[in-house]
Amino acid sequence: MSDNIVEINNLSFGYKGRLLHKGINMSFPRGKVVAIMGGSGSGKTTLLRLIGGQLKPVKGEVKVDGAVVHEQGREGLFNLRRKMGMLFQFGALFTDLSVYENVAFPIREHTDLPESMIRDFVMLKLNAVGLRGAHNLMPTELSGGMARRVALARAVALDPQIIMYDEPFAGLDPISMGVVCNLIRRLNDALGATSIVVTHDVHETFSFVDYVYFVSQGVVVAEGTPDELRKSDMPFVHQFVHGEADGPVPFHYPASDYKLEMLRG
Amino acid sequence: MFSSLKSVIAKIGHNFIEGVWHLGAGGRLFFYILVYLGESIRRPSLIVREIYATGVLSLLIILVSAFFVGMVLGLQGYNTLQKYGSSEAIGVLVALSLVRELGPVVTALLFAGRAGTAITAEIGLMRATEQLSAMEMMAVSPVGRVLAPRFLAGVISMPILAALFSMIGVLGGYFVAVPLIGVDSGAFWSQMQASVDFREDIVNGVIKSVVFGIVCTMIALFEGYDAPPTAEGVSRATTRTVVYSSLAVLGLDFILTAFMIKV
Ligand SMILES: Nc1ncnc2c1ncn2[C@@H]1O[C@H](COP(=O)(O)OP(=O)(O)OP(=O)(O)O)[C@@H](O)[C@H]1O
Ligand SMILES: [Mg+2]
Repeated sequence: MSDNIVEINNLSFGYKGRLLHKGINMSFPRGKVVAIMGGSGSGKTTLLRLIGGQLKPVKGEVKVDGAVVHEQGREGLFNLRRKMGMLFQFGALFTDLSVYENVAFPIREHTDLPESMIRDFVMLKLNAVGLRGAHNLMPTELSGGMARRVALARAVALDPQIIMYDEPFAGLDPISMGVVCNLIRRLNDALGATSIVVTHDVHETFSFVDYVYFVSQGVVVAEGTPDELRKSDMPFVHQFVHGEADGPVPFHYPASDYKLEMLRG
Repeated sequence: MFSSLKSVIAKIGHNFIEGVWHLGAGGRLFFYILVYLGESIRRPSLIVREIYATGVLSLLIILVSAFFVGMVLGLQGYNTLQKYGSSEAIGVLVALSLVRELGPVVTALLFAGRAGTAITAEIGLMRATEQLSAMEMMAVSPVGRVLAPRFLAGVISMPILAALFSMIGVLGGYFVAVPLIGVDSGAFWSQMQASVDFREDIVNGVIKSVVFGIVCTMIALFEGYDAPPTAEGVSRATTRTVVYSSLAVLGLDFILTAFMIKV
């Protein structure tokens, strides 16, 4: 068994011909919290979907627990996904189910536990995200940040081995942000899981992750532990860590020259 | 001139290919749903919930419509029949029209408008808000968990709704014919009993409504599942559900009737 529970080898992927990832290599060792950072639209969400097997790579492969994801049949894919939990960028709570039922959903689908035990599990997870009191509410009655925390509770309901978080801090106040950082770390260590955190938030992230990958324009441009990266003088990392608009990270979606376009008018 | 002709032909060809592609995709989805049917039957609570959403909530509109349709049949039928001096046959006319045709067909049309659109919009929105994606990532098949129970609920609800439609329609016809017009109540019922055949009329009507149930529910499910994940995409899909369901019901009704009637 390899030490890396998830491995991405020379992965290329694109929507409709335009290549988004051009040969990405990453590895996620068991028990670690690894962050993937990069500008908006750099394909981070897409990368998580590739790990989850919802998209097929154009070239290269993603290996989860030794198995090549895109070579799995339906059954194999479902078995792999049973090891994963994913927090979606926009929560993706089931709007026809209450908060309680949302968190209970994966437990009900995959186990035959009695109701009393399901209740204990659900309340435990909701308590961890500070929303035990909200278990009766419907998703439409939650704020964006609350919905995201419920989604987090749902993602870890079955104690997965791999937990993927798509922007867990977006829309959270500084207090909840600290709580969520702590939670991700604690869950990871308590479950012996591996966490993949997609985020833009440099300072919060650097405070609790073990390793960081920076992606830009389809490739990994920098990687290392937070300490190594803080000291790094690579222009890219410097720009990102200090939030500067000018630098190697393009702010614009690829487009033709603006001035030329205006002149052509 | 030539190029505009060419573009017309290209457009027709494009629409045709698109149509065939859709039919294929729909067929594939139908197959997947059938595969998950067994699993779904073992979770009756999910089906009951959907029967409530599709069947029970459609009851009111269907029963009210049925009563009015029955009353109109009574009036029109009496108006014609009395010219031939056979106004007691009004019961037969009302019952046969309802059981054979209007029950299954009008129920299916109302069902497409009331329940079909709701199914399409709900599933389309579930896709747009990534709920179906989230389900897949939890190793739960949306086809098994979301589509199959709704399919079963639609197929179960439709014949029951159609039967209720016919029943209430007959009562509507009775209400006009007997208390209002004064046709003999005994003649109304006895002629009806004598002329409505169980095999020929009732069973055929039920067969029709089962077929309509399968087709209407399948169209609603497919359009929702296939809708582009945007507000516009979902609204267009909802419209398509009504249009395609109505056309399919009326077309299939002709075909089924042609097979059922011995000329
Ligand atoms: N379903 C899709 N079809 C076509 N293009 C898509 C689709 N989803 C995403 N894209 C494109 O892929 C690129 C990357 O999208 P992705 O959602 O992976 O970015 P991201 O890194 O998660 O960005 P953000 O930080 O803003 O969430 C975007 O430029 C987007 O235009
Ligand atoms: Mg994203």
